[in-house]
Amino acid sequence: MRNAITSRRGIVTLAVFAVIASMPVLGPALGQPFYVDVFTRVMIWGIAAVSLNLILGYGGMISFGHAAYLGLAGYTIGIMSDAGIDNGFLQWPVALAVCGLAALVIGAICLRTRGLYFIMITLAFGQMIFFLGVSSDRYGSNDGLPIYSRSEFKLGGAELDLGNGTLFYYVTFVLLLASIYAVYRIVNSRFGMVIRGSKSNEARMNAIGVSTYRYKLTAFVIAGVMCGVAGVLMANFERFVSPDTMDWPQSGEMIFMVVLGGIGSLFGPVLGAAVFLLLSEFLSNIMESKNIIFGPFLILVVLFARGGVNGLLGSRAERRG
Amino acid sequence: MACWGHGRNVVAEPLLSVKGLSKQFGGVVAADDLNLDVLPGEIHAVIGPNGAGKTTMLNLLSGQLKPDRGTIRFAGGDIARLSPAGRSHLGLARSFQITSIFRDFSVLDNVALAIQAHDGHGFRFWRPARGEERLRGPAARVLEQVGLGARSDMLAGNLAHGEQRQLEIAVALATRPRLLLLDEPMAGMGRDASDRMIEFLRSLKGEYAMLLVEHDMDAVFALADRITVLVYGRAIASGTPEEIRADRDVRDAYLGDDEAA
Amino acid sequence: MTFALVVEQTLNGVQLGILLFLLAAGLTLVFGIMDFVNLAHGSFYMVGAFFAATFAQWTGNFVAGVALALPATLAVGIVVELVAVRTLYARDHLDHVLATFGLVLFFNELVRLVWGPEGRSIRLPVVLDGSVDLPLGITYSIYRLVIIGAGLMVALGLYILVNRTRIGMLIRAGASNRTMVGALGINIKFLFTIIFGLGAALAGFAGMLVTPVTQAEIGMGEQILIVALVVIVIGGIGSIRGAFIAAIITGLIDTMGRSFLDVLLLTVMSSNAAEAAGPALSSMMIYILMAAVLFFRPQGLFPPRGV
Repeated sequence: MRNAITSRRGIVTLAVFAVIASMPVLGPALGQPFYVDVFTRVMIWGIAAVSLNLILGYGGMISFGHAAYLGLAGYTIGIMSDAGIDNGFLQWPVALAVCGLAALVIGAICLRTRGLYFIMITLAFGQMIFFLGVSSDRYGSNDGLPIYSRSEFKLGGAELDLGNGTLFYYVTFVLLLASIYAVYRIVNSRFGMVIRGSKSNEARMNAIGVSTYRYKLTAFVIAGVMCGVAGVLMANFERFVSPDTMDWPQSGEMIFMVVLGGIGSLFGPVLGAAVFLLLSEFLSNIMESKNIIFGPFLILVVLFARGGVNGLLGSRAERRG
Repeated sequence: MACWGHGRNVVAEPLLSVKGLSKQFGGVVAADDLNLDVLPGEIHAVIGPNGAGKTTMLNLLSGQLKPDRGTIRFAGGDIARLSPAGRSHLGLARSFQITSIFRDFSVLDNVALAIQAHDGHGFRFWRPARGEERLRGPAARVLEQVGLGARSDMLAGNLAHGEQRQLEIAVALATRPRLLLLDEPMAGMGRDASDRMIEFLRSLKGEYAMLLVEHDMDAVFALADRITVLVYGRAIASGTPEEIRADRDVRDAYLGDDEAA
Repeated sequence: MTFALVVEQTLNGVQLGILLFLLAAGLTLVFGIMDFVNLAHGSFYMVGAFFAATFAQWTGNFVAGVALALPATLAVGIVVELVAVRTLYARDHLDHVLATFGLVLFFNELVRLVWGPEGRSIRLPVVLDGSVDLPLGITYSIYRLVIIGAGLMVALGLYILVNRTRIGMLIRAGASNRTMVGALGINIKFLFTIIFGLGAALAGFAGMLVTPVTQAEIGMGEQILIVALVVIVIGGIGSIRGAFIAAIITGLIDTMGRSFLDVLLLTVMSSNAAEAAGPALSSMMIYILMAAVLFFRPQGLFPPRGV
């Protein structure tokens, strides 16, 4: 980590995080206060992409249903709020537990399969949860569910008021840093070595005496819960959750963020989320049909820049490996 | 089927004992009522023409494939239905015909992961595994033993071909096996590298039992205590190197005479 | 739940199954032979539908519109293969998924630019519009019967193509052993292009058939694509036979679930609960089916031999 700080990649990463950290001041100072909203979204999607990177980048599990956890967490918040439970100390753990449980069930089935099957089955499960949202008339079906009050965190006399935009921004920032740190610890732990080993060479992993299923399932659940954190934040930020939150293009975009930033790199997913959302914001400002550019852009990244932003920042030698 | 006793080890219980092992793929018989054993500390080589079912046999022994029939007794129990991971924990380790290592790991990490796999406690999520002397120390010692000590920090995928094969054996040794299943460890090596590998395997002799599948006849005759000849999934002969060298059936088999089977 | 209704819904289920098969056939061939994940397969379904709508309008005849739209969709498929897909075969599945996801975004936007954001509908010729009396007092839409008939003919055609022709022999050989086909001295690149184009045309054909019933819309390919993925997973990737059987099962279960599940639920729970659970459960039925199949047979019901 130490010499990473002096490398080009380290400098760019630091700069990006410095910009993120100072945006609540920088945005209004530049006369662009809506940048704060844009960067809140960057951070929320950053957390989601970091969580996906844990299983995709380090574990080689191409989950195409990861947006489901955004929706599950969001709906849990929305439904509890709808039922009059606004206490964040209740809402958040329940939402994360729902995500963990869903990931456990989905992972337990999907991880029995490999390769193409795994991609398609996670995609199908994601859609199944999407349709669950669509068919829930009680909670707005296609139109989605408005969330009238943000999660309340009151302890004694003190209150953490998430309605305060700046405070919410920094809560999100801290959670982003925490999720990156958690992934850093996890992938370098014994558990992480097993996960990375099973991506690198599953047959070898088995031959040295490790049945990878339980490890992969555990990672799958951790990633689901971590993405649930992003979902909880998103619900609180947008004050709204709808089936579209977890429709399959969202899962596709999340994968793209990870790849765009640099798969299997620690900060890459955040860079990817930033580039993706800022570019998307920029394109939709200058043209109506941004996807006519975005679609081919995605293909070009796949064809010519597999290391993503992270790879482009690295040295030539690193890009080989 | 010819079968000779082996004076030196006659009292020892076999470490591995295969009886009636059979496997078919569609209509193709890859293992046909195969019987074979490996005594503690011996090198038992299996030779045979291409397509004789040698790799299938190793896959059956290491658990990548499940047999249609037959028993595989190892260290006292039948392991024919056990997973590859379960077999590893009983002391079975293998190398693959196509080198199977963690190419994007450092050389030391490759071995340390194998040490970790047999240390238990894989579900530790926080402490950096690379800081654990308990894993690094033994891993470094295994690397010294195979002569890769100076390569510890290199990316495994960047090693020369021969060194990758050595590393694969180091990974196998790190699981502290009782029996090594080696699938053509000399494959693709030049004469020098292959001589070094022969020397190295000889240095392990006695410490580990080995089942060696190999095309390089010099290596086989230099190393093996016993040789079994496999043709169309059947063992057609088994004996000491001298006996195999003298066996007519074996010559016929290598000349492609089906009658030998 | 009258008898006539059950028959009608069964036919609807078969009709949906036929459409799913047309999509799944191309997908499963491309998966099985090229080991390629194509999320943009649904785009051909959409493009086919729009072509048919436009050509039908020009010619004033639906059948002529389809006749023109088929080669057009085939051409689009071939161009996509030559320009983008061909370079991706050698890459891993993640690259396939991402690049074809990019294609989906591109095609949706392209169709929006060319045809505008509104959907397009097709008026059926009088002969096909209307219903026909079946035995036992059942009336059923002629056009839906035509869909079933056309789909069955395509299925039969594919069966003959795969099992009785030289190209079919290559396809089967390719599904089980790619290097062997190469060794036969066949121009494998050409074979891949043809198969990909054929799959695109089949998906487009499904889109053409469905347009008079619904309409050609942007994004119409995506939902059905995912159901088609479910179909090939259930059927076993690479197996045409599996795709056919799984498509019919999936079509039936989905249609029957949507029609009768709430009635069935009423027999075991209160009407409020049934009303709430019915739609949710029926939209999830095929996914539950898929999960169940995979739980017992991770390779699907009919994994192709040698894969």
